[in-house]
Amino acid sequence: MDIITKPKLSRRIWDYALLTILAVVVLAPFLIGLWTSFLPTMQIAKGNFLSTQVSFQNYIDAFTQTPILRYLGNSLVISTATMIAQLIFCSMSAYAFVFLKFKGRKFLFGLFLATMMLPFEAEIIPNFQTVKALGLLNTYSVMVIPFLTSAFGVFMLRQSFMQMPIELKEAADIEGLGHFQFYWKMVLPYNRIPLMTLGAYSFLGAWNQYLWPMLTTFSNDFRPVQNGLRQLQSEETFNDWGMIQATAAIVVIPTLIVLFIGQHYFKSGVNEGAVK
Amino acid sequence: MLKSPAQSTPTTPLSVEKTKSEIADQEAKFTLNAKDKYFAWAFLGPSLLILGVFIFYPMVKTLYLSLFLTNTVGKTTVFVGLSNYINLLTSADYLSSLGVTLFYVFAVTIITIALGLVLANLASKRLPGIGIFRTLFSATMGVSVSVAAIFWLFIFNPSTGFLSLASTWLHLPQIPWLTDPTAAMWAVIVTTVWMNLGFTFLILLGAMTSVPTTLYEAANIEGASSRFQFFHITIPSISPTLFFVSIITLIESFKSFGLIDLMTKGGPTNATNMLVYRIYKDAFYSGNYAQASAESIILTIIIALFTLLQFKVLEKRVNY
Repeated sequence: MDIITKPKLSRRIWDYALLTILAVVVLAPFLIGLWTSFLPTMQIAKGNFLSTQVSFQNYIDAFTQTPILRYLGNSLVISTATMIAQLIFCSMSAYAFVFLKFKGRKFLFGLFLATMMLPFEAEIIPNFQTVKALGLLNTYSVMVIPFLTSAFGVFMLRQSFMQMPIELKEAADIEGLGHFQFYWKMVLPYNRIPLMTLGAYSFLGAWNQYLWPMLTTFSNDFRPVQNGLRQLQSEETFNDWGMIQATAAIVVIPTLIVLFIGQHYFKSGVNEGAVK
Repeated sequence: MLKSPAQSTPTTPLSVEKTKSEIADQEAKFTLNAKDKYFAWAFLGPSLLILGVFIFYPMVKTLYLSLFLTNTVGKTTVFVGLSNYINLLTSADYLSSLGVTLFYVFAVTIITIALGLVLANLASKRLPGIGIFRTLFSATMGVSVSVAAIFWLFIFNPSTGFLSLASTWLHLPQIPWLTDPTAAMWAVIVTTVWMNLGFTFLILLGAMTSVPTTLYEAANIEGASSRFQFFHITIPSISPTLFFVSIITLIESFKSFGLIDLMTKGGPTNATNMLVYRIYKDAFYSGNYAQASAESIILTIIIALFTLLQFKVLEKRVNY
């Protein structure tokens, strides 16, 4: 809502005050957590929230006494692999639905559409049996293979592939480009922005997985960071609030940085899907 | 909202189909090529394989399991027809889970949308430095489920938590946040709303900033109050987006699992034992795979209905 008329000064002060208060309220849980991550656990336990004994000790403890770096590394591997796979397989499927004419295209498209109605959470029993039978339990693969593609990604890319100017395809036909060349040399570069949006989505989606890794990983060697943090809380560190808050900060800060850099792409991608 | 794993984002409105004439138009522009068939299989093959193995097959298998009794390793023993469903829908315990989930889902959705509208409406004003506030308001998007749980578990902690300290300072009565059934439900709702807020805010802001400014200029000339403008210009103009985020929030809330596991483990006394957590417990703790499968099918039906509603309404593009 962009009101162009010049607002009065008092009105502006009121707006800024309200914005600041709301920002503090929204960020409060984060700020409280960050603050306690610098306090000794003894002081937190005593309720001495305004203690002045601030230090980086909790962070040193978190890095040296917990496998938090290993968890982060695991999540990085899993999320990167998932992202790359989805970019490739989703764009290939979207290409087929937009640029290839074949029998059963409508039916297959309907099939993809249907998968959006089936929640993965309701399929964990057979999926667990499947990966167990394949000997994939407690590996990186078990957290990547079921998510190599996503109907969401296919739809998002199909939507933007369809908006490509028809002249590009005609030019490619005249040049004698085959499908693989057209896909690789023209379709992908032309759709950089939606591809980056999907990349960000699939990366964060994999990063935030919780239920599936919890069922399929049992050791710190493969456990991603969400489940790692849970593991730390259930271990002896349970009441070491200072260190737990430090691990949370270590996890959230890189995500926030990535998010602020990628925010533009999120916004444009989602809105495109929402209202076009 | 990005807590959703890659597969569980079935809620996008990207179904936004081209109209029939557009498709026909497009098809006419491409020359039919017999070789396309082989390319189609090459391009679609990998995705079809994955969706087949991890989405379609397990749905059929879950349906199958739900019609049998199963042993402790999940093998079927006796065919029982619909009796797993009948048992569930007549069990006070399951109906209570269903009720608890519905309460949670609607509370989360209504509060998230209301707060998202407040934040987006404020942040859509053209003020110097507004970009900073927009970034701050969207920050919870970057907070993952276990980090959010840690932040809020500390806030709700009965002995050393922030709310407990604040109540002491302000001489307010202590609320046993995670041990009282009602308070625990609200603790989970508040945490979920907080996690959702960044995403919801960003989407609503995007919609609000693309409302034509001429509408507001006209309203200003007529002397319409800002409240009137909000309800009679902003809300109707962003209704497609409003509908989209509401239904996404609704569907994601039905699938909530992480926060329940991290904060309450379904307790106290099943007060937060929601549908997905229940499936997990019944299958992987109690080994009652048949019943968990029936619960999975019920969950799928609920989510499929809301997704279909979303497809239908988006096809009509709400009103503009």
